[in-house]
Amino acid sequence: MIEIRDLKKTYHAGEVDVHALRGVNLSVQRGEFLCVVGPSGSGKSTLFHILGGLTPPTSGEIRIEGRDLRKMTEAERTDFRKTTVGFVFQKYNLLPTLTAQENIDIARDIAGRRQADPHFNEVLNLLGIAGRLRHKPRALSGGEQQRVAIARAIVNHPALLLADEPTGNLDSENSRIVLDLLRRLNHEFHQTILMITHDADAAAYGDRIVHMKDGRIID
Amino acid sequence: MINRLVLENLKHRPVRTLLTALAIGIQVTLILTLVGLSFGMLNDIARRTEGTGADLVVLPPDASIIGFSQTMAEGIVNKVRELPHVALATGILMQPIGGINYITGIHLSEFNQMSGGFEYLAGGPFEQPDDMIVDEVYARGAKIRVGDTVNLGKPWHVCGIVVPGKLSRTFAELKTVQERYSATGQISRIYVKADNSANIAAVQSELQQRLPAYGVYRMEELVSLMSVNNVPMLRQFTEVIIGVGLAIGFLVVFLSLYTAVLERTREIGILKALGAGPGYVLNILMRETILLSLFGTLAGILMSYGVRALLGAFVPSFTMEIVYSWWPWAAVLAILGSLIGAIYPGLKAARQDAIEALSYD
Ligand SMILES: Nc1ncnc2c1ncn2[C@@H]1O[C@H](COP(=O)(O)OP(=O)(O)OP(=O)(O)O)[C@@H](O)[C@H]1O
Ligand SMILES: [Mg+2]
Repeated sequence: MIEIRDLKKTYHAGEVDVHALRGVNLSVQRGEFLCVVGPSGSGKSTLFHILGGLTPPTSGEIRIEGRDLRKMTEAERTDFRKTTVGFVFQKYNLLPTLTAQENIDIARDIAGRRQADPHFNEVLNLLGIAGRLRHKPRALSGGEQQRVAIARAIVNHPALLLADEPTGNLDSENSRIVLDLLRRLNHEFHQTILMITHDADAAAYGDRIVHMKDGRIID
Repeated sequence: MINRLVLENLKHRPVRTLLTALAIGIQVTLILTLVGLSFGMLNDIARRTEGTGADLVVLPPDASIIGFSQTMAEGIVNKVRELPHVALATGILMQPIGGINYITGIHLSEFNQMSGGFEYLAGGPFEQPDDMIVDEVYARGAKIRVGDTVNLGKPWHVCGIVVPGKLSRTFAELKTVQERYSATGQISRIYVKADNSANIAAVQSELQQRLPAYGVYRMEELVSLMSVNNVPMLRQFTEVIIGVGLAIGFLVVFLSLYTAVLERTREIGILKALGAGPGYVLNILMRETILLSLFGTLAGILMSYGVRALLGAFVPSFTMEIVYSWWPWAAVLAILGSLIGAIYPGLKAARQDAIEALSYD
């Protein structure tokens, strides 16, 4: 479902050009749980930002679900983010003024869907946050916040879930819970997941691991 | 859902929300106070003009409806009196004494006959040439009692305090006013009463013929002409105040929203990562702005009641009305100024780069 050929991304930071991606090749099957590991600055987040339609690639081919991200306009990428991908970040990134439930609802609202679907309760039960939904983020533990963030990321049933170091801010106990949940989402709901991690134990939760270095995938 | 976010955003910074709404309220109060004073003062003048009991008014050539800078010869009163169907005619001299106040020279017995007579709250009619009658509003504002001497360019001795509503707030003998302010033989207006209301029109056309250059008005006509549009410069002045109000609203909302957008960089990035387009982000800020303007309008309306109470207590001769019909206008102006102020911060937020915003600490 993901096809990437010779993908390049160059940032222009003032006078200097930063070659964040120097020719990435990658294919991902539907239903796969892929882990991306690599040293800091190797371009992992940049790859995710392109996959998630947050920024356009500089050159190369990139198709997700048959859609060519190279040819998308700004508005089409916005629409793509609404419907096709869900993000989970290291810093949870919940809206602090809204409750957990409202954080999930607003993602649904942005996607233009008014109705909560009944099956989603299963997901909430699986995530173990059904009882914490009326609290604001600051009243939740880091692990709970990250689980709310996962719920928010998949509320619109995205084809692809992108998780950028989702356990980077969590202790080992909470990391294990979150990684377990991701694996169950993958197994039980066939959610395609790409996860960046620094941690070898975390990477072991995936079906497959790819290594990045200097803007390339090296195996 | 978007409304929930808007409300929570406003609640999140209660002091900023309150101050912004208050500042917009000041804009609204400013406009409502000016409009309230314009209407109040004009209606007050109109009511007092009607209080003379006259049917017709004769104004000197080129005189304005409101001002009293032009005068005419007192002798004309006698000619007017001789016309058929004229029951009463009396001349008055309005002498400016600073601010919005005039001392009005009247022929007391004629004036009483026409108006039905003063109702005294204290003291009584003129006895000496330098006696002055004031109305209760003037007495309250200037803290005057019967027996006091008041300096209005010349010293006047207060002989009586009367119920307001008859032409002016301060009265003295016409002759004394003419002498003291070097206007011997001059008057500002002639008030005329017909012998029968059926003859008013006839008297008016007769007067018009005899005094072609003079302004001859029926009382209803004169009163209906006492509107904001006919007061020189009042319209322009109102427009200036509206402009100042808009500028206040613009600046306040600009600053308030600008800080809000800076502070919410990350939140805006999150919304964009969730798929919110520029329109969605702009929509949030516009709703926030309109809500602030509505709170501001409410605050401004409440404050305008406060201003009226303060004026009533400290400067009673400034009659301010609460002009309901201007409330929607004040709200529209508040929203307009605010929305203009919201454009720049709004566009800044809408254009914000999601990745940069998310890597922002
Ligand atoms: N918006 C940007 N403008 C300029 N340079 C950038 C930008 N984003 C990333 N870079 C640069 O691109 C390179 C790759 O960054 P990226 O964030 O993708 O690495 P990463 O593998 O995610 O690193 P980490 O493990 O530290 O998160 C780095 O050299 C970084 O400095
Ligand atoms: Mg990264």
